[in-house]
Amino acid sequence: MSKPIIATTSLAGCFGCHMSILDIDDRILELIELVDFNKSPVTDIKKFTKPIDIGIIEGGCCNSENVHILKYFRDNCRILVSLGECAIMGGLPAMRNNIPIEECLKEAYLDGPSTYNPEGILPNDEELPILLNKVYPCHEVVKVDYFLPGCPPRADLIWDALLALATGQELKLEYDSFKYD
Amino acid sequence: MSNIKNILEKYSDKSRMMDIFHDIQKAVGHIDDEAINQIANFFKISSVDIVQTLSFYHFFKRNQSAKYNIYLNNGIVAKMFGRDKIAMTFENATKTKFNSISKDGLFGLYSTSDIGMGDQEPAAIINGVIFPKITTYRVREIVKEFRKGKNPTDLINSFGDGHNQESLINSMVTNNLNRRGRVIFSGFSWEDTVEKLFTYTPDEVIELVKDSNIRGRGGAGFPVGLKWQYCKQSKGSPKHILCNADEGEPGTFKDRVILTEEPLKVIVGMLIAAYAIGASNGIIYLRYEYEYLLPYLKNIIKEAEELGILGKNIKGKQGFDFNIRIQLGAGAYVCGEESALLESCEGKRGEPRNRPPFPVEKGYLQNPSSINNVESLCAIPKIIDKGAEWYRAMGTKQSSGTKLLSISGDVLYPGVFEVEWGITIREILEMAGAHDVKAVQVGGPSGKLIGKNEFHRKIAYEDLSTGGAIIVFNHSRNIIEITKEFTDFFIDESCGSCGPCRNLTVILSKKLQKIIDGRGVENDLIDLKQWGLQMRKVNRCGLGQSAANPILSGLENFRDEYEALIQKGKEYDTTFDLDKAIISGAKAVSRYPAV
Amino acid sequence: MKKSIKKVSFTIDGKKCTAEEGMNLVEAAEQNGVFIPTLCHLKSVIPSGSCRLCTIKSNGRFMTACTSKVQEGIAVENDTDEISDFRKLILESLFVTGNHYCPSCEKSGKCTLQALSYSYRIMAPRFPFIFEEKEVDASSPKIYLERNRCVLCKRCVRTIKNKDGKNYFAIEGRGYKAKIILDPVLAMQMTDEEALTAMNNCPVGCILKKEIGFEEPIGNRKYDTAEIGSELTIVKD
Repeated sequence: MSKPIIATTSLAGCFGCHMSILDIDDRILELIELVDFNKSPVTDIKKFTKPIDIGIIEGGCCNSENVHILKYFRDNCRILVSLGECAIMGGLPAMRNNIPIEECLKEAYLDGPSTYNPEGILPNDEELPILLNKVYPCHEVVKVDYFLPGCPPRADLIWDALLALATGQELKLEYDSFKYD
Repeated sequence: MSNIKNILEKYSDKSRMMDIFHDIQKAVGHIDDEAINQIANFFKISSVDIVQTLSFYHFFKRNQSAKYNIYLNNGIVAKMFGRDKIAMTFENATKTKFNSISKDGLFGLYSTSDIGMGDQEPAAIINGVIFPKITTYRVREIVKEFRKGKNPTDLINSFGDGHNQESLINSMVTNNLNRRGRVIFSGFSWEDTVEKLFTYTPDEVIELVKDSNIRGRGGAGFPVGLKWQYCKQSKGSPKHILCNADEGEPGTFKDRVILTEEPLKVIVGMLIAAYAIGASNGIIYLRYEYEYLLPYLKNIIKEAEELGILGKNIKGKQGFDFNIRIQLGAGAYVCGEESALLESCEGKRGEPRNRPPFPVEKGYLQNPSSINNVESLCAIPKIIDKGAEWYRAMGTKQSSGTKLLSISGDVLYPGVFEVEWGITIREILEMAGAHDVKAVQVGGPSGKLIGKNEFHRKIAYEDLSTGGAIIVFNHSRNIIEITKEFTDFFIDESCGSCGPCRNLTVILSKKLQKIIDGRGVENDLIDLKQWGLQMRKVNRCGLGQSAANPILSGLENFRDEYEALIQKGKEYDTTFDLDKAIISGAKAVSRYPAV
Repeated sequence: MKKSIKKVSFTIDGKKCTAEEGMNLVEAAEQNGVFIPTLCHLKSVIPSGSCRLCTIKSNGRFMTACTSKVQEGIAVENDTDEISDFRKLILESLFVTGNHYCPSCEKSGKCTLQALSYSYRIMAPRFPFIFEEKEVDASSPKIYLERNRCVLCKRCVRTIKNKDGKNYFAIEGRGYKAKIILDPVLAMQMTDEEALTAMNNCPVGCILKKEIGFEEPIGNRKYDTAEIGSELTIVKD
């Protein structure tokens, strides 16, 4: 049997979850014996080059590009995993969900204490993705198969989960590595 | 304000908070922060304690109210008969949106849950006056006359039937009493009944009532005699008899007709209960929607006092004192639940109590209390008069006597029918003139939605147990939309105490909307069923436990309608729509993406 | 009050237990080393029975443990699949109807809602998030009322009173719109001690004493390594 292929991405996240993947430390050597990495910030592969077994998503969906990438992952991954609070429930970016979008933009680009924007320009280039009305958890946009909570998810949890997914064994959730913060 | 001071001094008892609020609202139009502080200071409690009761009830106002407060029923039957068109006409005529007051302060427009006029919808309450059978023509007329400064009472253009024509009622409401039976709507002499009553000892009365096998008519069906016995046996005094006239189940209106036509019989029923239990205090908890009956009912109580059947040493019986007061509600369906009703009578939020202790042990003001439905109490005099055997001869073996049905919806003759227990749904439909029937909601939203295959079933405690609300739907009606309406009703009426009831009603409603919007999948139906079943297990009171009943019985009996709406062969879908989700973001930066 | 010291025997999930007759079932279970999860219950305070988390089956009937009293011979079911499932359902429904951002919450690591969800290993709620807008009340000089996190347990309503016995907290409105409110006048007179008790009684991060927060580093907090209720089983067996 060939090795399972993993792809990862970060949507509206802070890359902390990816850092936590690296936090598995030397077990990463064991991991690359078990799996192959495809499209991922870790490999810098931009497009899927083959069908993916396990897609790992960090971050929720805050703009149109997030949605496209998430759908691209769903279409190409056999199993999709939401990694971390932002992917699972929007996380800290979702704290804007009860603030009108105009107010958010105003605070960020016009009125912020460290903002210098004399022309009052809001980022509106056609090339830029468009903000969504709110930040969505990934599983409210596409079907997600598994969830690994944490901010970031503990490296031990990620390791245990990847091992379980790669080997088909059942995942035992240890209390110490199961956290929401 | 001195007005408020007088009111506070009049009651001087914070358990009478409901009356204090009503009186202040009557006098000043609303209960604002200043009044709240005044009440709080008077009772030396914090102002939030006042707010928590005040804000619980739909009809209390904290802000300046309009000259004309229009509460339009938004129940399902009203909607079936054009309520939305009426609402729109009101909005246009008053130039006001719902839940707001017109700029000139003339009109306040509000929606309200079922107001007990299911047989004459659409109906509205305007400054306490019931306007039944409203048409768009009538809306424009009403608004035009209001603009001329007329009072709602000036616009009463017809009187209903029966006692609705009494000068103390003078209402446009009709009874639609389509069928009289032998117990509730039949001749009755209070003299004979009271005379007969005193030939029995209190224990004998309880035995007689137990022997008659009469069970609670509000819907739960607890044996009346047993309740009285428990109450009698409980320690504590004074004991209380409460008459539950808070019928709020959408589709029920029978108690309104009883209170209009047979109020003395109800009072005598309470008297009998008081005699049996040894109670000295009676309270009729009247739903706010029936406030128009208040002067009439107060007068009946006064007359009963003059007749010597209320007051001290009743009919010469030394030491048998019994008085009745009316407690007006203020718009909260959950107060029909007996322990919530007690809380409301005590001037608190109408949140159901934890049980045990039961009200028969610790009820009103922590004393033993028997809370009985209007219809139960109204049946009692006849039982005393004619005996248990006579009563038991009617109905079925397990369900004795007669039952009032409030029939509404797609029938030729909506109204109140007194029938013997054991009548089948098919017979009921024939009786009320219902053709082309798709579904029947038995017992209101908290009851059961049944289809043709169950029309052979009987109205009886052992089969279809009900408080008597029958809503008929013909084939043009959409079951899932009806279910959504009922679910939203429970959202509005949940007291909010139990987490699962407070939150899952909303979650379930959103799920139904997803299905209505065509985004549903098979899994959504599985979710609806599972979550609905959980509601039955985890909530404290009947409201929460039955809030998912419309969904559960709809899924059971009209599954094909759900199946027709969901996306076949699709395992997953959400309500997410990218095109819609980017509209506000694009607008905010002046970008308008091509659709 | 007469103190009855009659001991009764009962079972929880088959385990033989004894307690004083009439004792609150949550506390009786605790004495016997059995943890029944609660959110709204607080020892020696009149039970509210509103969070429904402590729902158990007693002689086959569903009821809340916090409002039940121990009786001779009752058979209680607590840790069964059926009960666990609706406890999870209740917890998940609280997560989606409130706005619980654990990573930024002062109470994280010592929050009962969170700790119970850890216990039940809730990965993600089964319900869609609602992101309901809630208003934060910072008007009191002593505390914040972070309503995004409120679970309406009414612990504060039932326990926090001033020296004259007046209530600081109450619930405004009903149903889904119900929210916790703070008396605006009393709020100005709240003592540090009262504010601290209010914060400590709050099972979540809704009531926060101003100027403190994030005191213990991650790893040292109450539930970082010790599962909620675990102290009971260790004591007993």
